[in-house]
Amino acid sequence: MQFFFEVLIGGLLSGVMYSLVALGFVLIYKASGVFNFAQSAMVFFAALTYVGLLEVGLSPWLAVPATLVVMIVLALAIERVVLRPLVNQPQITLFMATIGLTFFIEGLAQMVWGANVRGLDLGLADEPIGWLNENAGINVSKFDVAAAAVAAILVTALALFFNRTRIGRALRAVADDHQAALAVGIPLKQIWAIVWSVAGAVALVAGLLWGARNGVQYALTFVALKALPVLILGGFDSVPGAIVCGLIVGASEKLAEVYLGPYVGGGIEGWFPYVLALGFLLIRPEGLFGEKIIRRI
Amino acid sequence: MFYREAGQFKTSYDADLAIFPIRQDLIGVLGILAVAFVVVPLTATPYVFTGILIPFLILSLAALGLNILTGYAGQLSLGTAAFMAVGAFASYNFVLRVPGIPMLLAFAGGGVVAALVGVLFGLPSLRIRGFYLAVATLAAQFFILWFLTKVGWITNYSSSGVITAQPIQILGYAFNTPQAKYLLILSVVALMALAAKNMARSNVGRSWMAVRDMDVAAEVIGIRLMPAKLLAFAVSSFYCGVAGALFAYAYLGTVEPEAFSLDLSFRVLFMVIIGGVGTVLGSFLGSAFVTLLPVLLSVTVRYLDSNLGLHIPESVISNLELMLFGGFIIFFLIVEPHGLARLWQIAKEKLRLWPFPH
Repeated sequence: MQFFFEVLIGGLLSGVMYSLVALGFVLIYKASGVFNFAQSAMVFFAALTYVGLLEVGLSPWLAVPATLVVMIVLALAIERVVLRPLVNQPQITLFMATIGLTFFIEGLAQMVWGANVRGLDLGLADEPIGWLNENAGINVSKFDVAAAAVAAILVTALALFFNRTRIGRALRAVADDHQAALAVGIPLKQIWAIVWSVAGAVALVAGLLWGARNGVQYALTFVALKALPVLILGGFDSVPGAIVCGLIVGASEKLAEVYLGPYVGGGIEGWFPYVLALGFLLIRPEGLFGEKIIRRI
Repeated sequence: MFYREAGQFKTSYDADLAIFPIRQDLIGVLGILAVAFVVVPLTATPYVFTGILIPFLILSLAALGLNILTGYAGQLSLGTAAFMAVGAFASYNFVLRVPGIPMLLAFAGGGVVAALVGVLFGLPSLRIRGFYLAVATLAAQFFILWFLTKVGWITNYSSSGVITAQPIQILGYAFNTPQAKYLLILSVVALMALAAKNMARSNVGRSWMAVRDMDVAAEVIGIRLMPAKLLAFAVSSFYCGVAGALFAYAYLGTVEPEAFSLDLSFRVLFMVIIGGVGTVLGSFLGSAFVTLLPVLLSVTVRYLDSNLGLHIPESVISNLELMLFGGFIIFFLIVEPHGLARLWQIAKEKLRLWPFPH
């Protein structure tokens, strides 16, 4: 039983990390209807920029805002160069454009900062919490708990931002209907620039945590593949969905790997979340928390 | 002046329904085929065959398969490479386990197995739409590759999970030179493209397009959604499966499941989008673009590098190529969101009036 809880908690905490990446996808989908495949590249770019700035000699506290500035500049450039000319195109065209963007950002990041694997130390030890281990016999990493706390703060901040501020209201209006939002005087271009900047900031947080966990390397771009099942399970346009389903995916994936994996030869982590999400989708085609799609002729 | 249908009167319904109703189109297509079948094999070097033409043709076939599914039937799929893998490995097992099976039959068998798998993974499309479906097809991509690596029987218990494709032999003739392989692939691709073109303009194709444009409306006018969608998945996967078998036998030779990674799926999807969604011609144009662009980029960058004496490090060059590839894709999507096939349409309209536009 102890082992079960240990796996469960480990899974939930790694699920938080998936949520962080999925959150970036959701933000952009909500406000512009773009399925932004480049989110993972942005995570990679942010982590690499941060590490690169540290190597140049910036202090960690200066490097974070500096990276944030870089991400915002990137967001503005994307809005100007890629999104603005593609307004009103079908979603699939925008999706393909973001895949092109993925190649571009990956190339750019590696060209500027080099492609070698780097470690990233945030000052958080990846070791079990002492008293939990002694009292309950469960190993829970300090690092994972800190990551979960960061994610919780981030989600709360985003929820407040979306629900309580003027810009947040404008974002939701744009998400509902571009044209109607324009008609009541919401500046679409600025809104998109803001959303992509926020997504860049989320990418920075995700990049720092993932980078500290796995090292800053090209493999960071594959975290998107972990975030996608979270995304369809939770619904493309739901922030709470991304969080809850991140937890579901993380926990079920680890449990499946431990309890189911040995029977089928292991390595099922790669596809299990997708099959799980597929099962859920058969019952609710727009995800657990997604807005219900009403189809009329 | 030359591209004008003036004077070509159609006196029967058959003539009106012809696949190329304008004489110049027919002549053009026959001309291209003649060049591809006669001139190219006589002139091209082995590098051009193995490095450019063979992958171009095989990936055109895969793009054609995906175009049937995405372009005509409107079901977005990211699992193309997995269906290609099914075709490749199924063909391998047919040749391995059925003594004396004709090679072409084994390829077709690979296609049929891929079609069955495609129908299985197409079932969710009855309920899930759009990007949700696209991500759901990733389940096929990851599950199939995992399955191929884990089940030893499929790879004949090879310890590394790598299979070596048997030499191609049809009616006693061994297709072992690049030229011979090229001609074999070209014949298969030409026939299947013709079939696709005809399918697209028959009632099957029309029902697919109705489903694509609005499935609820299609249902109302009496199109049965389930057979239409599943047929699209089956046909599309058949094309991909045959393409995968050819990819393994005529291009790669030794195959591991990793050759059919998500990257390949994306590349095929690029071909469809850049070439033109819902056009047969677009699959070929897109495939040419995506296959040729990296080659051209690398040649150009290296040429500039050596001639200007810049001595850019190798890693920078490869990253630069990546950036340019991404940049070009975005550029083309912005300039012509309907794909290269649309450019050809516009060119045709212009040609009709040329050189006297008024």
